[in-house]
Amino acid sequence: MELSSSILLTIALAPLVGCLLAGFLGKQIGRAGAHSVTILGLLISCGLSFYVLYQITAGGAPVYNHNVYTWFEIGKYTASVGFLIDRLTAMMMVVVTFVSLLVHVYTIGYMADDDGYQRFFSYISLFTFSMLMLVMSNNFLQLFFGWEAVGLVSYLLIGFWYKRPTAIFANLKAFLVNRVGDFGFLLGIAAILYFLGTLDYATAFASAPTLVGKTLAITQHVQWDAATVICILLFIGAMGKSAQVPLHVWLPDSMEGPTPISALIHAATMVTAGIFMVARMSPLYELSDTALSFVLVIGATGALFTGLIGIVQNDIKRVVAYSTLSQLGYMTVALGVSAYAGAVFHLMTHAFFKALLFLGAGSVIIAMHHEQDMRYMGGLRKYMPITWITMWVGSLALVAVPFTSGFYSKDAIIEAVGESHRWGSGYAYFCVMAGAFVTALYTFRQMYLTFHGKERFTVVEHHGHGHHDDHDDHGHHKPGELAHAPHESPWVVTLPLVLLAIPSLLVGFFTVGPMLFGGWFGGAVHVNEVNNVLGEMGAHFEGAAGMALHGFSLFGPFGLVLLAFAIQTYIYLFNPSVADKIKSALKPIWVLLDRKYFVDDIYFAIFARGGVALGRMFWKGGDAAVIDGVLIDGSASMIQRIASGVRRLQSGYLYHYAFAMILGLILLLGGYWLIGQ
Amino acid sequence: MFNHLLSLLIWLPIAGAVPVLLAGSGRPNLARWLSLLMAILTFAVSLFLIPQYNADVGGMQLAESHVWISALNVHYSLAVDGISVALILLTTFVGILVIIGAWDVIQDNPHQYMAAMLVLEGLMIGVFCATDALLFYVFFEAMLIPMFILIGIWGGPRRVYATLKFFIYTFLGSIFMLIGLIYLYLKAGTFDLHTLATLPLTLTEQSWLFFAFLIAFAVKVPMVPVHTWLPDAHVEAPTGGSVVLAAVMLKIGGYGFLRFSLPIVPDASAQFAWLVILLSLIAVVYIGYVALVQEDMKKLVAYSSVAHMGFVTLGIFIGFMLVRQFGNTDAARLGMQGAMVQMISHGFISGAMFSCIGVLYDRMHTRMIKDYGGVINVMPWFGFFYVLFAMANCGLPGTSGFVGEFMVILASFSANPWIAFFAAFTLIIGAAYTLWLVKRVLWGDVTNSHVAEMKDINGRETLVLGAFAALVLIVGIWPEPLTHLMNSSVTQLVQLLAVHKV
Repeated sequence: MELSSSILLTIALAPLVGCLLAGFLGKQIGRAGAHSVTILGLLISCGLSFYVLYQITAGGAPVYNHNVYTWFEIGKYTASVGFLIDRLTAMMMVVVTFVSLLVHVYTIGYMADDDGYQRFFSYISLFTFSMLMLVMSNNFLQLFFGWEAVGLVSYLLIGFWYKRPTAIFANLKAFLVNRVGDFGFLLGIAAILYFLGTLDYATAFASAPTLVGKTLAITQHVQWDAATVICILLFIGAMGKSAQVPLHVWLPDSMEGPTPISALIHAATMVTAGIFMVARMSPLYELSDTALSFVLVIGATGALFTGLIGIVQNDIKRVVAYSTLSQLGYMTVALGVSAYAGAVFHLMTHAFFKALLFLGAGSVIIAMHHEQDMRYMGGLRKYMPITWITMWVGSLALVAVPFTSGFYSKDAIIEAVGESHRWGSGYAYFCVMAGAFVTALYTFRQMYLTFHGKERFTVVEHHGHGHHDDHDDHGHHKPGELAHAPHESPWVVTLPLVLLAIPSLLVGFFTVGPMLFGGWFGGAVHVNEVNNVLGEMGAHFEGAAGMALHGFSLFGPFGLVLLAFAIQTYIYLFNPSVADKIKSALKPIWVLLDRKYFVDDIYFAIFARGGVALGRMFWKGGDAAVIDGVLIDGSASMIQRIASGVRRLQSGYLYHYAFAMILGLILLLGGYWLIGQ
Repeated sequence: MFNHLLSLLIWLPIAGAVPVLLAGSGRPNLARWLSLLMAILTFAVSLFLIPQYNADVGGMQLAESHVWISALNVHYSLAVDGISVALILLTTFVGILVIIGAWDVIQDNPHQYMAAMLVLEGLMIGVFCATDALLFYVFFEAMLIPMFILIGIWGGPRRVYATLKFFIYTFLGSIFMLIGLIYLYLKAGTFDLHTLATLPLTLTEQSWLFFAFLIAFAVKVPMVPVHTWLPDAHVEAPTGGSVVLAAVMLKIGGYGFLRFSLPIVPDASAQFAWLVILLSLIAVVYIGYVALVQEDMKKLVAYSSVAHMGFVTLGIFIGFMLVRQFGNTDAARLGMQGAMVQMISHGFISGAMFSCIGVLYDRMHTRMIKDYGGVINVMPWFGFFYVLFAMANCGLPGTSGFVGEFMVILASFSANPWIAFFAAFTLIIGAAYTLWLVKRVLWGDVTNSHVAEMKDINGRETLVLGAFAALVLIVGIWPEPLTHLMNSSVTQLVQLLAVHKV
């Protein structure tokens, strides 16, 4: 059955209505009203998204591609707002609305004591609307709208606790770094309009082959390949939004936002927008091996080197954040070897298990009364079993233990890189293999520090003044001192954990066949035959179970995971002092990782301080000194000087004037006489 | 009434200023209500332009013409095209909001303040209607008088320096235009703009005239390097003065390029388009950095205005490259539309930003950024509007600030990717100065006891900010009606770009 535009509009607008009601009438409808109305909006949106997915995959609905209204129409250029619903979009809609719905429910528990309760629900619904506009778009204008709108909500949510200096620093930083990406992205869109004359996806992709052989004049003698320029510019946008090196610096700081946001925006959905975008633009990327190699190298670098930082983090959320950076690198690597389906597949499985890990971390943070430092945790498994088990499920998926969802997607990526012959794939293969080891190192370390080993906190009961669940109450306590014993979180928190654990464990097993090797995405993803590494792998594919059994091979990534498991188990369960010994033995490396390769410091010095210094120079030197000082006030004072000089001539004495007249007369007559001669 | 709709629009607010003045200082409320009535009436009359002006046909419509000075063949002739209609609607709309905005803020002689505002409004509408160059010049110069009074009387402590700077700057600029107009009159025997557009001129003549016009309008826009009057004028002007200055008066510079430079000296404009484009890009990048380090909120927004107006001049003059070098008239139309939308949108956003600063200033009596901090804690509704307008100032899609810049950047790329590169830099630097301002003023904990005592916006302020917000969002979400209104006129202007006079 054909999809109707009213259904699609309802999916997109239901969260927006929820946002407006919770935002503007928050006081009137109260806390329960705010979460009811936004969750209702999400329920509608999520239910209809599942319906759309069903119609597209099983119901025989054709791809939907229609405009809703014209945004502008100038000459041959038109821009519209419209929807393109194919399998890629339908899958993204389900992932976005499903995770968002669970995060909405989870928020009821996590933000229960926060003053900004209604505002928070309003923001996350606004985010869902923006993200849906992004993935449902059928043109570059609306894509850019969604792209920037999710950036706005991210800005608002990172700075949600606006009294914290770190939060309002982080949100400004996030917005600006994203803007650097958007700068490239916008130029990429401009390049598409220039070369292809349209902002519409379908028209642009249809005429994409005409790009071959076209060049863009960078200088009079330098010509760049059109497709390469377009793809790299667009990818710069993805580097901002999907936090790829070197624009990754904003994502760890974004952990200043409340945890539900870290799960929804900074793990499951928004940061994967760049991955989605490149997959969507696959007809363009397939035209440029150079651009794909660029994508590959950037992604591989991020996959390994940001993961390494995760090993030295002590903040439970930051470990997950660096893990996200690393996993985004994996997805980008998959894009770089033309395994778009693999990237999107990993995007989906990652959305489930990473949202699970973040929400689990949030559950721990609630139990620890907003203590996030893992050095003051330990042994929590007996206090919060549901959180403990579900987080293990997420962790196993993250480290890609065979049969979990994460295994199917990550192992496919590693294998695809191995199959690829694209420039940079050797480096990438090393990075993703080493990355698998690193992932296991930080993941097991995190799990052991949090849930196992000795308790490193003490319960100090005598502080009996009742509001220990406030977000800023940890200032009253010494680190590691709790007012109450930790306890399992309420059902609104644990239910989403369980509901996310199920797909984290199972979705890969059931979907790997069709999604990766069965051409499930159909026309939504385009791969040239020579680049089709997934197709080659598909020839040897013997079903999900076979793939998993094959994955137990000790000579593959699983061997590295086991090695990491053995190391971390020894260190954190049996001999914790080893960790400190390693740390002091490898001090320079530890410092390098702890300072995040000094990238933040360098950026801050060059761009923030440098920008302000440059601005001050322009202002004081250019505007104040040259233009105003010399030209404006200078000419004013010059006129004054001339005037005061000339004024002396008008002395008012008659004999001065008489003298001047006589002098003039002599000169005049003398002049005539000279000319007469 | 429709035969003289334009005259009515010009003279209604000017005539309306008389009873407002007569109300005297003894009856301030009468003066306020009368002026509000006049402003609303003018706005209501201007709404008739929408049905009366046929946007599909385009061209100059609703023409009126009477002999004014027969000895010099000067005519009182008025007509509007789609662009003028849009700008007139902007003027009459802002006219209402500044009167509401000044309601009980202006306590000294409110009747004079309101009267000056009404006169100013009429004169600005006159500028947008005049099709006789001398009539244009008269309105153009006369406008300075009420603005001079507004800043000079109700301004801040350095108002004398600011008014003199403002007056001399703009007056000096327009003198060159007057010389140019006299030269044209001596050649053509008329000041009629339509006739002047068809007057054959050599390239040398055109070049001299081009620079005469450029100086006049560059000061008004203002373009680098003749922009330094603007920060001073804004800082000293009362809120309403700043709003009108930024929202409408700056547009007259951009409008002047359309009415004078493009039709009368097309070849010289094409030859020196690179200069205007270069100055526009300097405005975006250089002024962006200058805005970043401002310590005074009003100066920051004033510099931001200069940067944003760079897109207006860029969008207009990029058309010459596109049409003459590449024959790409559609991209030229895109750029020109972008410039026009940017003019309207900047009217909303800068007006709103200055209104926001006015709200803060009325409570704290300081414009220094360092005196604020954590305002969101005590003024959440104000914070909502402030963030909205800040985002519009950053050019966030969905707000009007995005539309024009988007179009201009797309069009520029078709001319030269490097132009688009520098223009798009506004995405970064614009966000940096705007959001850093927001961070220091709005976010954070309450920094001092004065901030703690601030009260959230009242009904009157909500009305003003809400009206601006509605327009920012409407144009941002659906710009098609606005671009349709101006489409025929823009198409005709782009045709002019290709016309060779030599």
